Amino acid sequence: MLSVENFSVTFTMYDRGLVQKQLTVITDLDLEVRAGEVVAVVGSSGSGKSLLAHAVLGILPANAETSGRILFQGEPLSAARCQALRGRAIALIPQSIGYLDPLMTVGAQVCRVGQLNGLAKPAAKLVMLETFKRYNLASEVQHLYPFQLSGGMARRVLVAMAVVGQAELVIADEPTPGLHPDVVTETLNHLRELASEGKGVMLITHDIEAALQIADRVAVFYAGTTVEIAAASDFANGKLRHPYTQALWRALPQHDFIPVAGD
Amino acid sequence: MTAQAVTPTAVSKRARLWNRRQRTLAAIGACALLLITLVFGSWLIGDAGLNPVLTQRNQPPSLAHPFGTDWLGRDMLSRSLHGMSLSIQVGLLAASFSAVIGTGLGMIAGSFGGKIDAVITWIVDVFFSLPHLVLLIMIAFALGGGTKGVIVAVALTHWTNLARIVRAEVLQINSSNYVQLSHRLGHSPFWIAYHHMLPHVFPQVLVGLILLFPHAILHEAALSFIGIGLSPHTPAIGIILAEAMRHLSTGYWWLGVLPGLLLLLAVKAFDSLGENLRVLIDPKTSQL
Amino acid sequence: MLIADQVCFRYSPRHPWVLHQVNLEVTPAEVVGLQGPSGFGKTTLGKLLAGYLTPTQGCITLAGKPLPPQGYCPVQMVFQSPESAINPRWRIAKVLQEGQFPSLDLQARLGIHSGWLDRFPHELSGGELQRIAVARVLNPQTRYLIADEMTAMLDANTQALIWQAVLAHAAQHRLGILVISHEAALLRRICHRVVDLSDANTIRAQASASERA
Repeated sequence: MLSVENFSVTFTMYDRGLVQKQLTVITDLDLEVRAGEVVAVVGSSGSGKSLLAHAVLGILPANAETSGRILFQGEPLSAARCQALRGRAIALIPQSIGYLDPLMTVGAQVCRVGQLNGLAKPAAKLVMLETFKRYNLASEVQHLYPFQLSGGMARRVLVAMAVVGQAELVIADEPTPGLHPDVVTETLNHLRELASEGKGVMLITHDIEAALQIADRVAVFYAGTTVEIAAASDFANGKLRHPYTQALWRALPQHDFIPVAGD
Repeated sequence: MTAQAVTPTAVSKRARLWNRRQRTLAAIGACALLLITLVFGSWLIGDAGLNPVLTQRNQPPSLAHPFGTDWLGRDMLSRSLHGMSLSIQVGLLAASFSAVIGTGLGMIAGSFGGKIDAVITWIVDVFFSLPHLVLLIMIAFALGGGTKGVIVAVALTHWTNLARIVRAEVLQINSSNYVQLSHRLGHSPFWIAYHHMLPHVFPQVLVGLILLFPHAILHEAALSFIGIGLSPHTPAIGIILAEAMRHLSTGYWWLGVLPGLLLLLAVKAFDSLGENLRVLIDPKTSQL
Repeated sequence: MLIADQVCFRYSPRHPWVLHQVNLEVTPAEVVGLQGPSGFGKTTLGKLLAGYLTPTQGCITLAGKPLPPQGYCPVQMVFQSPESAINPRWRIAKVLQEGQFPSLDLQARLGIHSGWLDRFPHELSGGELQRIAVARVLNPQTRYLIADEMTAMLDANTQALIWQAVLAHAAQHRLGILVISHEAALLRRICHRVVDLSDANTIRAQASASERA
C-alpha cells in the first residue's frame, strides 16, 4: 500500500551568518506498509521518524528537500496527490488534542472530516454518531470542546476523527506517552482493529513495548535510517540482527536496564 | 535534531542567485540606505533650492528641476527632501519615546501583575477606545502645536500596541517552566528579568519600534497638513501637501503627486525594513 | 525527610480541589514511585513538593522546616518535556551554569559531550536535552529530586542511561527521589516502594517488593 524507497530528506540551514549548510536527516530509507498490517517505527527522538510521517503527509517545512520515491497504492505520491489524499485516504492520528481546533466542539470537527470526504452534512453527522458509538463515546461528547475531554476520551476522539473518512492508511504519531496503561492498551487495540479491517497502520513511537503489543513488523530507526526491520516475534526470540536493536531491547526496565556505551 | 555531516553532492536543487537570508539582508540594507539618503540628502543639496526664483515659477518636472517648481519658483525636489528629512527626524524621535513608554509599562504590567497590571491595561484600553486622530489633534492642540506638540502627541498615542505586546510576552515567559525553575534555582527576580526576559522581549521591541516609524511620520504629516503641526515656514512634507491642495485644480499636479510619492516610498521602506527584520529574528521563519 | 502533611490544593476558592488531604513522605536515599490515573494531581503534587506551588491547606516540610520561599530550593524538579524547561535562546553552557556547572564525572555519566556546550537547544534532540536538564538540577545542594514523567518521551536506551546516572548520583549523595510515572515496569525496576494517588486523593502506600537496579 505504502512503499518508501531510497528516501532521503535534507534541510538547508544557516550555519553562521550567510553560510548555508545541508543537513541530511533521513538517509536512504526503505519501508513498506501493506494493507491489513501494523508497522511500528521505533527510534529515539531526533532519529527522523516524525519527519517520515510529515513527508508522507506532504507537510515538510519549506527548507526541506527530498529524494527517492514514496509510492501510495502503486503510484508516486506527488505534492498535489499528497494534498488531495491527506485527511482522506491517508489519515493522521496526532499526538495530542493540541492539534484540534480549541474553539470548535469535537462533534463538529469530526463531522467536518466526514464532509471533506464527500459526505453531505446529515450523512456525515450520522457517520460521526456511529463512529462515536463504536469507540464508546457517549453522544453528549460531541458537544464538548477539546479541553473538556479526559485523557482517554481525547484518544478515542482522535481515533474516531481519523477513521470517519475512508482512510486506507492511518499514521499514528506517538499516541501513547503520558497515558495510563489501560488507555494505552485501549488505543493500541483500536489501531490493531483498524488493521484487521484491511487498513494499513503506521505506528510511530519511541516505546518498544507498546509497539510489540500490536505490530506485525517493527522498523528500528537510528540516525535517520532503518537499521533493521524485524518481525515482532523476533524480539522475544532473540533473533535480532542489528546491535542497536539488541541494545534497545536490553535497555528496557524489565530486562537489563543498561544503556549502550557511547551514545 | 541531530544529523550527520553531508556529502557535498547534496547541493540545493533550488539554488538561486541569493539565498533567502541574503535576500532578506539585501532588502534591509536597501531600505536602510534609502532612509539614510532621505535624512542626509537635504544637507548634500543645500538650501539653494529653497529660495524663490520668480522667473522660474510653476515649471513642470524637467532635468533641471526633477520635481518641478512651485508658484514662487522654489525647487520642489529640495523642498521635498528637506521636508522628508524633517519628518523622519520628528518621526524617529516620537517613535522612540513611544517605544520606551510602551516597553516600560508593558514590562511593569507583566511582571508585577495584580492591581498595577489592571490599571495599566485600563489605560491602554482607554487609549484604544478613543479615535487615534482625534486624540492626536487634541494633544497637539493643547500643547499649542509646533514641533514639540507634534512629537509629544505622536509619542503619547502610539505606545499602546507595543505595551500590549510586551505585557503578553512577559506574562507568557513568566509562567514558562524555565523561568519558574530559575526561581527555584535561587536566582533573584532582577537576575531573571535581565537574563530571561530582556533577551526575549528585545527583538519584539526593535521590530515594534521600526514598524512605529511609518505611523509616526504619517501622523506628523497629517497634523502639519491640517495646520496644527509644524510651522508653515518649515518645509515639512505635510505643509507641502497642504499647499499643493490649492494648486491641484489649476493643473500643477507635480506639486502634490511627487512629494506624496516620496512620503509613500519612505513609509514603505520603513515597513519593509521592519517586516524583513521580523522574518530574520523570528526563529520560526529564520531558517527558511 | 521530605513530608507532605494533609496537603490540600485548589487554584482558587471557586475551583474544585485538585488534591485533598494528601500525605506523603520521602526519606533521604529513598526512591518512591507515584502512579495514578491522569488528571488526578500527580504533577500538582510534584510542583507542591518542589515549591512551584503553595498548598492551600496543610504543609510541606523539609527536615522539619518549611521550604525556603527564596534562594536555592533543595527540592528540584525535572519536567517531562525538556524543551519547555530550557530557555531556547541560551547556549547549553549557559543553561548548565544556571545551576552549578556539573562535574566532569556527572557529565560523563550522563553522556554529555563537550561539543554540545556552545550549541543552542534546538540543535539537540529531546533525549540529549533532557540529559542537560537533569545535569542542571543535580547540584550538591539538591537533597530531593521530583522526576515528573522524566523519561516518558524518550527511547529505552536514553531512559536507561539517564536513570542509571541519576540513581548512581543519588546513592552517592543520599538523594531522595520521587518518580512520577505511568510505566509500571520502570517503577518496579527502580523504586523501593510505589504510592498510588487514587481518585479520592487519599494516598495509600503500597509496599512494592522490588529491589534496586
